[in-house]
Amino acid sequence: MSERVVGSGAYDKKAPTGLRARIRALALRSEAFRGFSLLSPTLGFMILVLAIPVAILVAFSFWTQVYLDFDKTFTLSNYIAYFQKPIYNKLLWKSIRISGSVTIATVVLAYPMAYFIAFKVKKQKLVWLILITVPFWTSYLLRVFAWKIILGYNGVINSGLGSLGLIKEPLQFLLYNPAAVVITLAHAWAAFAILPIYVSLEKIDRSLLEAATDLGDGPAIRFLRVTLPLSMPGVIAASLLVFIPTVGDYVTPKLVGGTTGIMIGNVIQSMFGKANNWPMGAALSVISMLVITLLVTAFLWFTKRVRKGVA
Amino acid sequence: MTNNHIISIHDVSKRFGQVRAVNEVNLDIQRGEFFSLLGPSGCGKTTLLRMLACFEAPTDGEIYIDGQPMSTVMPNHRPVNMVFQNYAIFPHLDVRANIAYGMRKAGLSKTELNARVDEMLDMIKLSGYGARGATELSGGERQRVALARALIKQPKVLLLDEPLGALDKKLREQMQLELRALQKSVGITFIFVTHDQEEALTMSDRIAVMSAGKVLQVESPMRLYESPNCRFVADFIGTMNFFDGALRDVADGIALVDAGPLGEIKARVESDPPLGEVVVAIRPEKLRIAFEAPSDAANMVEGSLGPSAYLGDRSHFYVNLPGHDQPVAVASQNVERLASGTFEASRTVWLTWTPEAVVLLPRE
Amino acid sequence: MSTIAMGRGAPGKRWVNGLAVYAVLYLVFIYVPVLFLPLFSFNDSIYVAFPLKGFTLAWYGKMANSPGLIAALSNSVRVGATVAVISTIFGTLAAKAVTRYRLPGRGATVGFIMLPLVIPGIIMGIALLLLANFVGVKLSLFTIGLGHMLVTVPFAMLVMISRLEGFDKNLEEASLDLGENGWTTFWRVTFPLAIPGLIASLLLTFTISFDEFILAFFLAGTDVTLPIYIWSQLRFPAKLPSVLALGACILAASFVLVTFAEWFRRRGVQVKTTSGV
Repeated sequence: MSERVVGSGAYDKKAPTGLRARIRALALRSEAFRGFSLLSPTLGFMILVLAIPVAILVAFSFWTQVYLDFDKTFTLSNYIAYFQKPIYNKLLWKSIRISGSVTIATVVLAYPMAYFIAFKVKKQKLVWLILITVPFWTSYLLRVFAWKIILGYNGVINSGLGSLGLIKEPLQFLLYNPAAVVITLAHAWAAFAILPIYVSLEKIDRSLLEAATDLGDGPAIRFLRVTLPLSMPGVIAASLLVFIPTVGDYVTPKLVGGTTGIMIGNVIQSMFGKANNWPMGAALSVISMLVITLLVTAFLWFTKRVRKGVA
Repeated sequence: MTNNHIISIHDVSKRFGQVRAVNEVNLDIQRGEFFSLLGPSGCGKTTLLRMLACFEAPTDGEIYIDGQPMSTVMPNHRPVNMVFQNYAIFPHLDVRANIAYGMRKAGLSKTELNARVDEMLDMIKLSGYGARGATELSGGERQRVALARALIKQPKVLLLDEPLGALDKKLREQMQLELRALQKSVGITFIFVTHDQEEALTMSDRIAVMSAGKVLQVESPMRLYESPNCRFVADFIGTMNFFDGALRDVADGIALVDAGPLGEIKARVESDPPLGEVVVAIRPEKLRIAFEAPSDAANMVEGSLGPSAYLGDRSHFYVNLPGHDQPVAVASQNVERLASGTFEASRTVWLTWTPEAVVLLPRE
Repeated sequence: MSTIAMGRGAPGKRWVNGLAVYAVLYLVFIYVPVLFLPLFSFNDSIYVAFPLKGFTLAWYGKMANSPGLIAALSNSVRVGATVAVISTIFGTLAAKAVTRYRLPGRGATVGFIMLPLVIPGIIMGIALLLLANFVGVKLSLFTIGLGHMLVTVPFAMLVMISRLEGFDKNLEEASLDLGENGWTTFWRVTFPLAIPGLIASLLLTFTISFDEFILAFFLAGTDVTLPIYIWSQLRFPAKLPSVLALGACILAASFVLVTFAEWFRRRGVQVKTTSGV
């Protein structure tokens, strides 16, 4: 083999000096510096459209509406009004109850589906996952509307049962009540519950299940002792992902809730519409967010304790 | 920085939070050397290698390559190249494009570049594979492509991060010899990271044994094996029998050691070690086993035979010494044809060894 | 071992079949309500009721001739396309920073960026409305787009994180090692490998923006997007069937786009990625 020249000229550059070099050195030494500079546009944008507006929202809640303008003197009158008119509080807790029912229904119904895809589907996982997620990327408004026409007085169920001769009069109780809201929301948010549960089930090390079987557990016991606990992070994520946004929903109550199915979101929306009291709307939003945050924190603390207890 | 050191590592440390992955390492590596960093998982060898490649920056200390400090040079401007543990072959390019990848700025014409790539393909014995997609290659083939991709740039130093770990045994042994031959013919300094001590012994000019971020010993394979400087190195390389002892006297290069169950033994020493507590270390192959009491021997002890294993060319014995809780490992060449390969346990045997066979290590 | 295998007899099989039946029923539950929209859009009656009266394409014709529809559609497409491109860029940068570098406070940063996914839409819409009012910006398609980005950037980031996590970190290091700088490495290595993820992100974010109603409702000026148009038509019972026709078209288009997106995205990426979205 002929002699190879070791080290070509391109490699014999001198080390540069000066400010550019110092910044380079910092970039070299600090991975954090490089990472954050890459992250900064996105982070900056999110701060602009998320943190700042929320701060302004909080600020607004302390102001008052004067016709078309705002009196910017600091006042707690909106918050006082919240406690003075019991309707607000009642509505908030009613919304929470509705969202709670939706969450429970959705998660419970979604779990077996996620389990099926994670454990029982061998080759077609991709197909199933696409089938599950695709409907939920499509228009939320249309999906809610679909339930309106299904549950309506002259809607699909009533006319279908009527034409089959099963009922004489259309069923009144299907639409324009909290139950309709729950059904519609449960349907609309199903995929958001399936995916997190699926992910945590998929991550479970299969050899753990084999070990449990080897040590004597039957399938049902094994599910309760191994699978379910290990999938809890997914269940918790799913619960939060469904509960939090649905508390503030107003499209569904508006289309299928009628007068009895109204939720706090409707009132907030009207503050920015007909009722024209923006600061009040802001205050209601802030209070709702605080209550949601407290409930979520309590929920997380509780589940953490339960998991520690079980372990 | 002496002119023959291509790499100088000066007091280099690397901290990740509270953990010191690399702890005040000083190393000088010669031009044209096949140098190995050897140690168990987590000892810091890969971190050290990555600092040489500039994928990590030292928290303290400085690295010099060919006399230049590397702290202000970006990874793509260093005169080193790396072969990654999982090869990092670009899946969207074919073999040819992979090998030629780093030559974009070299200013070669298309024909020149093609000729060079062909040369490299010949060197790694994959001529004709140029148009193959990267995903169609086997592990061994990918490893060779990774090598070619780095060597085509003629770096001053080639860094290899456990490149043979993913290969099966036969292929690994073959690649060890090929890599060694390649290094010798190309003349580039290789820095090789591995946790396999046999691999390091086979291929290296010098080995640095690392543990917990520190370099314990830097020697040629032979001296590392025959003269380890501490218990960790002695234990990590090959097998070793250890006995606690006390150094009583040194005269004319022979030390007298009171070695408990071994009795009073003589050990050859090079310099004058201090008297006091020591660890006596003897390799299994340096112990002779006899089934009758020997007439004269510099060192001798009586014991009873434990389990034994017949390996064809040699036999392994475990001998129980009264007063020593571990059985002593003995490896013995079967120089005569044996009638049967089994030996009754508990029969009395004698172990003998020369003073040159003993290594004295500090007590830690 | 054999005793355990024998345990998989009839009871195990029954479980599996039961679960499969459940899965199919669940799929039916998910798809059927939505399928009523296209079903009744072909029905020759202004009432959405059984029995079906006859097949007609009249509603589609009426829909196509509705004033304001074309304008709303074109607005939605323009907003959607812009939002898709910009949020994919933002999401990709963030995903790269998060997956390739050790950042202090990484969990908190990612959590913060994902926050819009768990805040009720109405609250975000209001907050942005107040911001616009505070700063003095008029409501328009621009404000709608800004609001949409609030939701699409986290999704884009999620998609790109799962894509980037799926491929070898060493590839970029190898490129740097061989002499390329950060920028050329991106073009020669990262970008080609990320393309399926980028396509998926573009399609998904477009669809989200196209279908998004709540934020658009709060942040719209005189120009409206398609969902707002639909909302305004819901008040008129006579217009119901043409709304159904419009809905059916939107559903079909979304279905196609999202199927493409998901197929692209999950192709070749191990299903066991940490985000799993």
